[in-house]
Amino acid sequence: MHPVRKQRLYLVLFMVVFSSAAVALMMYALRGNINLFYPPSDVAAGEAPVGRPIRVGGMVVADSLRRSETSLEITFELTDYEATVPVTYTGILPDLFDEGQGAVASGELNAEGVLEATEILAKHDENYMPPEVADALENSGYDYKGNAQ
Amino acid sequence: MFVRRIARCIIAVAMWPIFHKFGSPPWLYAISGAILRWMLPVTLILLVIGAVWGLMFSPADFRQGNSYRIMYIHVPAAVVALAGYYVMALAGAINLIWRMKMADVAMKAAAPVGAAFTFLALFSGAVWGKPTWGAWWVWDARVTSMLILLFLYLGVVALYEAFDNKEAAGKACAVLSLVGMVNIPIIYKSVDWWYSLHQPASIKLTGESTIDPSMLYPLLLMIAAFYALFTCCLLLNMRVELLRRESRTHWVGSLAKRECSDVL
Repeated sequence: MHPVRKQRLYLVLFMVVFSSAAVALMMYALRGNINLFYPPSDVAAGEAPVGRPIRVGGMVVADSLRRSETSLEITFELTDYEATVPVTYTGILPDLFDEGQGAVASGELNAEGVLEATEILAKHDENYMPPEVADALENSGYDYKGNAQ
Repeated sequence: MFVRRIARCIIAVAMWPIFHKFGSPPWLYAISGAILRWMLPVTLILLVIGAVWGLMFSPADFRQGNSYRIMYIHVPAAVVALAGYYVMALAGAINLIWRMKMADVAMKAAAPVGAAFTFLALFSGAVWGKPTWGAWWVWDARVTSMLILLFLYLGVVALYEAFDNKEAAGKACAVLSLVGMVNIPIIYKSVDWWYSLHQPASIKLTGESTIDPSMLYPLLLMIAAFYALFTCCLLLNMRVELLRRESRTHWVGSLAKRECSDVL
């Protein structure tokens, strides 16, 4: 290769490598802030601020969903299988919200450690299959992720 | 040492005509026309088959029902938006190193096409997000880094227009594209590195995909169709740019004369 072009090639490589390194360091410094939500174990460990708007994400604990008889108020629990956080919310839930499925609740933690949510988002996973396949899996004793029940 | 020198000579002799031809606007205009003649109908056929298969014949999802079908637009658009950025950055690098004018044409032409695909991915994602997540827009790592990609594409378009000296514009845009390239692996890995609302990838390069084959095959077909669509848009855009740049040359003059006589 011509020496001048070789020099330009090295310049381009230098640029790509060092700008990537700079961004990587920035991302590393901000790693906690890029997360959309706190897992329940962070909340239990006291790492999430109390009385400030935060998001908590995890799986909705099976049989934890309670609906009020007279209002739209609901309570449920979020877990990451290490700790659970109780959540209260007044409003309509997204269609895909369900027990045993992922959800992200945004709101404020009160002094009792209950998240008073103002918005609930349903988090779906990367598994896609026709209903018949899901039924067949269930009938043979597996959940839709292929784990034995 | 001696062997290496011979190898280098062979490469130089073999590659020179290709480099030389790629540097020639009339040759590039002619070859892109020949490619488009069969690529456009192939793209159209792939898009129609993929869309009909994905939207009408593939089964509904066990949890999301029919709304998951937005995937057949969303995923291909996002995949091509990421790949298109590498095309733009690579063309920019070739222009920086070898000062190839045609690489500059390719880089300039790729920017608005990539921006369009990125916008399509963001828009279809918002439409999909409302019924599944419960929100049009969430500032999670995947969605935000994809928005940065849109701004990078639009930044290249704007920066190019900001210069009067087009040679300087090409160099500045190439540097911007190359620096922005770090965003592509960040977008790809964002769902694994951070807690995000967006689900991880269903199509896995290693290991088993977590999407049923009856849904996967039309998706793969649509991804191929979108790659073809990107190529068509890129070539068409490059041809316009070529004609604009070469408008005062003899070959464009005679081309215009021939086209006009066909019309009249």
